[in-house]
Amino acid sequence: MKARNIHQFIGFGILRLCVFMVLSALFVILFDIFSKGHQSVSWEFISAMPRKGMTEGGIFPAIVGTFFVTVITAVLSIPMGMGCAVYLHEYAKDGWVTRLIRMSIRNLSGVPSIVYGLFGVVLFVQLLRLDTSILSAGLTLGLMTLPWTITASEEALKNVPQSYRDASLALGATKWQTVRTNVLPYAVPGMLTGTILGLSRAAGETAPILFTGAAFYLPFLPKSLSDQFMALPYHLYIMATQHHAIDKVRPLAYGTALVLIVLVFLMNFTAVIVRYKLRKVKME
Amino acid sequence: MQSLVLPKRKSSWISNSLKEKLIHGFFFLNGILSVLVLLGIFALLLLTAIPAFREVNIFSFLFGLDWNPTSYVKEVYGIVPMLVSTFMVTLGALVIAVPIGIGTAAYLSDVANPRVREIVKPVVEILAGIPSVVIGFLGIVLLGPIIAKVFNIHNGLNALNGSILLAVMALPTIISITEDALKNVPVSYESASLALGATKWQTVIKVKIPAALSGIIAATMLGMGRAIGETMTVLMATGCAPAMPESFLGPVRTLTSSIAIELGEVAYNTTHYYALFALGLVLFILTFIINLISDIYLHKFEKVNR
Amino acid sequence: MLKEKKSSPRFNMTNKKNTSKEDNGIKITVTDFNFYYDTVHALKNINLQIRKNKVVGIIGPSGCGKSTFLRCFNRMNDTIAGIRYEGQIAIDDKNIFDKNLDVVDLRRDVGMVFQKSNPFPKSIFENVAYGLKINGIKDKAFIIERVEQSLKNAALWTEVKDRLHKSAFALSGGQQQRLCIARALAVEPEVLLLDEPASALDPIATAKVEELIFQLKQKYTIIIVTHNMQQAARVSEYTAFFMLGELIEYDITNKMFTNPAKKITEEYITGRFG
Repeated sequence: MKARNIHQFIGFGILRLCVFMVLSALFVILFDIFSKGHQSVSWEFISAMPRKGMTEGGIFPAIVGTFFVTVITAVLSIPMGMGCAVYLHEYAKDGWVTRLIRMSIRNLSGVPSIVYGLFGVVLFVQLLRLDTSILSAGLTLGLMTLPWTITASEEALKNVPQSYRDASLALGATKWQTVRTNVLPYAVPGMLTGTILGLSRAAGETAPILFTGAAFYLPFLPKSLSDQFMALPYHLYIMATQHHAIDKVRPLAYGTALVLIVLVFLMNFTAVIVRYKLRKVKME
Repeated sequence: MQSLVLPKRKSSWISNSLKEKLIHGFFFLNGILSVLVLLGIFALLLLTAIPAFREVNIFSFLFGLDWNPTSYVKEVYGIVPMLVSTFMVTLGALVIAVPIGIGTAAYLSDVANPRVREIVKPVVEILAGIPSVVIGFLGIVLLGPIIAKVFNIHNGLNALNGSILLAVMALPTIISITEDALKNVPVSYESASLALGATKWQTVIKVKIPAALSGIIAATMLGMGRAIGETMTVLMATGCAPAMPESFLGPVRTLTSSIAIELGEVAYNTTHYYALFALGLVLFILTFIINLISDIYLHKFEKVNR
Repeated sequence: MLKEKKSSPRFNMTNKKNTSKEDNGIKITVTDFNFYYDTVHALKNINLQIRKNKVVGIIGPSGCGKSTFLRCFNRMNDTIAGIRYEGQIAIDDKNIFDKNLDVVDLRRDVGMVFQKSNPFPKSIFENVAYGLKINGIKDKAFIIERVEQSLKNAALWTEVKDRLHKSAFALSGGQQQRLCIARALAVEPEVLLLDEPASALDPIATAKVEELIFQLKQKYTIIIVTHNMQQAARVSEYTAFFMLGELIEYDITNKMFTNPAKKITEEYITGRFG
């Protein structure tokens, strides 16, 4: 073999090693959580209240809390994110305002999640007097997901062929008629897919809800949106670091981690299904 | 056939062009909202941080070597230990993640056959989707004991642990942007190199990676931004001692974890509370600058390849 | 022609068409027209007049501005950032760049068919009915009748009448393009703009589209951009030759193809470049 071929062989070997390390990172994470978590997960674990200072029982309130917070997140983030994307892609002309908006979105997506948490404490908890609650936490996460929703929605709009718009405008449709009848129907599946992916990330976030509403231990369900709540990721954090009997509750922590991961994957899976279903409907 | 005449457009209570303008305005408000949120975050952080400096000297804040807001003798607010911790952990993460990330991206864009790519790409996406708290948890239960054993130390919760975890979290960002950058290198460069008798490997290393350099720098900066701003993993896995870090095998406490630990324990509107917002402001400005730099490089690589 | 001025021109269209054969007055006047993309001067000082119910072919090498010119008549270029007009284009003596003119109304009167057929991902019926529905027409019987008539006018009816509610994407390329023509006809425009309508079609489909154009000029004033000289010679009565953004020559097609006034026109027509 020639020297340069040996070089190539070794070089590609190194690249393969990199890929292998990435693959094994994911494998180790999933394997550890699944192998040690599955014994703890049972119907009772998912559906029961925690008992005896969280050393026994289930995580039902944490699942419910995460669900409600995610709903609030979606309610804030989806309409506003889609609206912003429609503005940027369909209405905005290139100019300093548009550039400013785009720059803001890029920077918002880089703002650390704990900074969103601080912002939520001042704006929602204190200034708007929402107190530490599902609402405060959900709105904080909603703002955090906004840049993701916008980016995903704009991507979906980009995938709608320009020819649909041209054809519609050339027939004398107004801008809004064109957007409503010939752009949005084809963009919404993609928008939703991207948005659900963003929501799944929000559901797994801990830092923004630490101080805006997540509670350590509540053996009952929230009664309204202005109650504090338990959340899966925060619960895992507590079980892993703050609990008085950490070693004793380790299996429960593994179980919580497993449920959290499965929840996030389910949401991602839903996103893919949504894209697939809606695409089929539209093509009929 | 009977002649067909289009009926007149219905005149509703609102004229069509006015309606169009209102709708345009509505979407514009949606668009401008993101600017308002960004400004709002900055303004509220600044306003809440300022009162801290009524009692804390700004120089001793920025250059002080001790952070001890709950001391009975004298409260001190020096952020240098946290800045050093943050940069240590971030640097460690990049040292691990950047080579692996570039290698993986190069493999995906230039070596892998489509079937391998179909497997690896979702893996990268799944990795990006794993909640940070889960990764932090594994830092405690899995990586910590391993590090303790390998280095024969008492406790595996240290800067190295945090760096490895952050590397895992930064990898998806680095891989996907680097892969884009490599893919955007004009095919003609590659053909020219191959036609000169270079091997594929030589082409990747000597032509494609240099040509994609600004994209790779952008990817690195974005990964860095993620690492600096990440809270839960470092909070859980780095030991969190508020002293000046000594080595990668000692505990560290970053800006983010300091906020996370202390904000839960302080009373609203005290100097300590304001000081934590000052930390948040520092964090905001740091990530802002890093994102700006990555933005500049990202534009560069988009321009070059257009 | 003058008596129509007082009302909106489109609502008298149907009456007018029966007598239109003799009525070949000036429909469109282009005066000192310039067009810029940012700093690029894409169209330079264009002057020409187009008669009613005539077919005007626009030819020229690619990049000469012929498509840009076509897209000025219904102001489709407005959707592009950084463009600028100077001068005038008047349809029925009304400047289409007038500030008080609603561009949406203009586009209803000036239909357009694009280079690449671009049906909506809807049924054949919905495609043709689209223009009617956005005009606020809810009368089902009217829509059904108009769709049928438009498809007949576009010589597509017999081929699709049994599958009106199937996806438009199931049609062949040539059928799709005729569907796009039908869609444009449904809103009864006065002027029809065709942007290389047959460039993506095979010879048989092209022949059908050309035949259609020939019939359509009974009712419409047609401007067609083409890169195919034979096509221009076959379908158009007048031909405009563009080069580098300038109108080099504009004349009756027969004259232009047999005895062009300018040397460069002759060189282009005889295929020496372009």
